[in-house]
Amino acid sequence: MVHARRGSIGRYYDINGWLFVAPVLGLIGLFMIYPIVWSLWMSFQSGRGMMMKFAGFANIVRLWNDPVFIKALTNTMTYFVVQVPIMILLALILASILNNPRLVGRGLFRTAIFLPCVTSLVAYSVLFKGMFAPDGVVNSTLQAIGIISTPIPWLTNPFWAKVLVIIAITWRWTGYNMIFYLAALQNIDRSIYEVARIDGVPAWARFTHITIPLLKPVILFTTVISTIGTVQLFDEVYNLTEGRGGPSNATLTLSLYIYNLTFRFMPNFGYAATVSYVIVVLVALLAFFQFFAARERDK
Amino acid sequence: MTNGIGRAAGALLTYCFLGLMAFLSVFPFIWMVFGATNSSIDIIKGRVLPGAALSTNVNTFFTQVNAPLVFWNSAKIAILSTVLTLAVSSLAGYGFEIFRSRHRERLYRALLLTLMIPFAALMIPLFIMMGKAGLINTHIAVVLPTIGSAFVVFYFRQCTKAFPSELRDAAKVDGLKEWQIFLFIYVPVMRSTYAAAFIIVFMTAWNNYLWPLIVLQSNETKTITLVISSLASAYYPDYGVVMVGTVLATLPTLAVFFFMQRQFVQGMLGSVK
Repeated sequence: MVHARRGSIGRYYDINGWLFVAPVLGLIGLFMIYPIVWSLWMSFQSGRGMMMKFAGFANIVRLWNDPVFIKALTNTMTYFVVQVPIMILLALILASILNNPRLVGRGLFRTAIFLPCVTSLVAYSVLFKGMFAPDGVVNSTLQAIGIISTPIPWLTNPFWAKVLVIIAITWRWTGYNMIFYLAALQNIDRSIYEVARIDGVPAWARFTHITIPLLKPVILFTTVISTIGTVQLFDEVYNLTEGRGGPSNATLTLSLYIYNLTFRFMPNFGYAATVSYVIVVLVALLAFFQFFAARERDK
Repeated sequence: MTNGIGRAAGALLTYCFLGLMAFLSVFPFIWMVFGATNSSIDIIKGRVLPGAALSTNVNTFFTQVNAPLVFWNSAKIAILSTVLTLAVSSLAGYGFEIFRSRHRERLYRALLLTLMIPFAALMIPLFIMMGKAGLINTHIAVVLPTIGSAFVVFYFRQCTKAFPSELRDAAKVDGLKEWQIFLFIYVPVMRSTYAAAFIIVFMTAWNNYLWPLIVLQSNETKTITLVISSLASAYYPDYGVVMVGTVLATLPTLAVFFFMQRQFVQGMLGSVK
């Protein structure tokens, strides 16, 4: 089926296939492939603004000695390592609960939990900034319940600022991932669960031995998508911490650093391109490891 | 007997957990709506009750922001980019299924690889490209790089697998050309796929921030997300006004979602098969 048939019919399909996919290929070539190659070329150049000259590996050497870059890289990886597993697990648990057709009001719960995906990253960042203000609703609630005695400095303390970013992205994206799992669960024969239930398999074991193995391809897909998203984090950090990257760069991400290097500090396209390639390499490596890990467990 | 009690306790726990999750998900929306009716000081103090400042906030918002223009800018970008993305990606999604070339799968895999290219790595070359083309500060510059989306092509190709090939064969027997089959059979049959894709792409385009932030520098071209961001990052932000802005900015996507929810769920179910 993959091989072209010889003769006129094969050619006819060939031309039609090309015609149908050509617009997307053209656009992606022009606005993704061409810029990404250009960006690679730029990362070997140095200079201010448009005055660029070849600099060899000078930018890469600079990376190692740049504490702000190291900080941004560490922060980005922290978000990835802490946030992605929490969100994926939470989304899986929610999806497997909401998949039960006997659950009362599951449509309502599903809509409520999906709702955050409707908001823009900017709008909810702004909301969270207000909610987590020193006297804000979150601190006052936590104090009223008696969990904390003094307000948590969510926006000004390096540690809590990171926690806030993690809470914020988890709030925004858990429902999004849940929808993928729900969709996949719909395609699983429900009788498998019924049999397991009758055999007395407890809920948690049903979750780990039926749901997770059956959803593995979708889990892989969402993990890769979430990895790509988290490694590129920009809007939330920019708007929660007023574009600076938080108290003493505590929430600075790689994307925000690139933005600062390009549009806020004295523009240095070459070095910014080098930092952007760190993201490219990071995404490729993480995705590769995730595919690799998924394949290993199959054996 | 104990088993029954255990099951009841388990159910109670499940509902408590779901209730908490649903509450946490919805609470920021409630807070946002209440916030629009309160003064900035009350909002910072964490007041979660309706207040009396709604008209003041709305008035201040409409005097500070040229709302019709800002909404028009957002709508123009979102609709243009959604329609073009859907057109181009559904063509490709269908195309990859009828494609008989031996390059097909190789090409498709290469296309999916572009999903991994982060935007941060593209923004400087794209910015220079748009500058050279004289498109800085135009909405075309915002829309152009968003049209070719490997993700939406992937989605359409997945869904195309559910498109009955008998329909295509019958149409071919009737002498329809490939583009006619696409336009008059595929598009109407796949409308729930289009609806789900519409929601996702529209929301992404309406809520897009980083690229418009770079390209749109004059006040006349700015979108609602850019305006909210700048209102909120003022030295003393008027939170009541910011809340009015976020409510107004969220309404269109909320409306799209609720209006098309059924098609969305149907379309999503088709996508991961």
